[in-house]
Amino acid sequence: MQDKINITSAQYIQSEFDDSPSNIKAIIDGMEMFVPIEPANRHYAEIMRQVEAGELTIEPADEQPTEGA
Amino acid sequence: MANPINLATLFREQIGGRRNLIINGAMQVWQRGTSATGVGSGSGTYETADRWKFILDPATTVDSYQQAFTLGQTDVPGEPEFYLESDVTASTGASTYYILAQHIEDVRSLAGQTATLSFWAKSSVGGNKVGIEFNQSFGGGSTRVTSVARDSVTLSTSWQKFSVTVDISSISGKTIGATSNSYLELYLWCSAGTDFDFRSSETGLQTGQFDFALIQLELGETATPFEHRSYGEELALCQRYYEIVGMTVTTVGQFDNAVSYAVTKRATPTLSVFSGSLAGATVLGMPNNPVGQIRQQTNSTGASDVAIQANAEL
Repeated sequence: MQDKINITSAQYIQSEFDDSPSNIKAIIDGMEMFVPIEPANRHYAEIMRQVEAGELTIEPADEQPTEGA
Repeated sequence: MANPINLATLFREQIGGRRNLIINGAMQVWQRGTSATGVGSGSGTYETADRWKFILDPATTVDSYQQAFTLGQTDVPGEPEFYLESDVTASTGASTYYILAQHIEDVRSLAGQTATLSFWAKSSVGGNKVGIEFNQSFGGGSTRVTSVARDSVTLSTSWQKFSVTVDISSISGKTIGATSNSYLELYLWCSAGTDFDFRSSETGLQTGQFDFALIQLELGETATPFEHRSYGEELALCQRYYEIVGMTVTTVGQFDNAVSYAVTKRATPTLSVFSGSLAGATVLGMPNNPVGQIRQQTNSTGASDVAIQANAEL
């Protein structure tokens, strides 16, 4: 038995100020959540644990619209 | 002649300063709501009194309520205002469980020391047991260690005060991860299949109503009187881990909403909707920013006020 968080999807969200992802949008226990990329955050830590265990894949961020598009 | 003040005794019993390592032990703060029915997601859930957490197997559900003591009652002395009622519908099976838990920040807490847990409790089913277990989690460092101390008590249908003294394991030789999310974990096992006989002190499969009040965990071999804190103090302690803030999402594109949390969070929190709708908007907490600022990154389809829950629980 472990206190496992139920994560059914995850997708990076691209920061509009630089090229790095700033958050992960995830469905956790049936609720949409925005998880910061910070190891001390328990949701982020669990997402990465499940990714390393091959239980979850984080989808890449959507393309950001370019100026004038 | 009265006995003189014995300073050695005073310091040993920690009469000064903070004694209770449990936050919201008096069940005063319920930011998520004062009732929740059918709770049971198969994972740990905080849908109850602040800082308290249900840990359930996927087939077990629990209803949680804030209940008020009757004014002037003397069953639980000191005129406490609230207690936590949980009604468990436990499934049968060796691998089932229902636990009321609290994660106490920093695994160094009480490590290698004697500690005393005291609380008031009763059950709708006389003879129901509560297994008490302490675990140590090292936040990405050493592997989590379970049952570093354990015991059990037997409830009746009337309020009783229980006191259990345990020796918490030393963490000598262990390593704590760099993520600052280590903790000492208190488990109150209210139902457990045979797979968990050892960890739950043979609690067994149980159903019924479990009521808890005035939970205190303190250093030493003696249960001292419950350390009362004001509602404001307790709320602030809880808000280090969870808080609800208001913001407005708009149709005009990305902007930073200068939200200031009432209390700096333990870590940058996860954001989600508590009430209202983002109407398609994306909201982001800024990395390494536990004090506030929420960015609306994409448009909503309509302006609306939204209550956002900022969650930095352990």
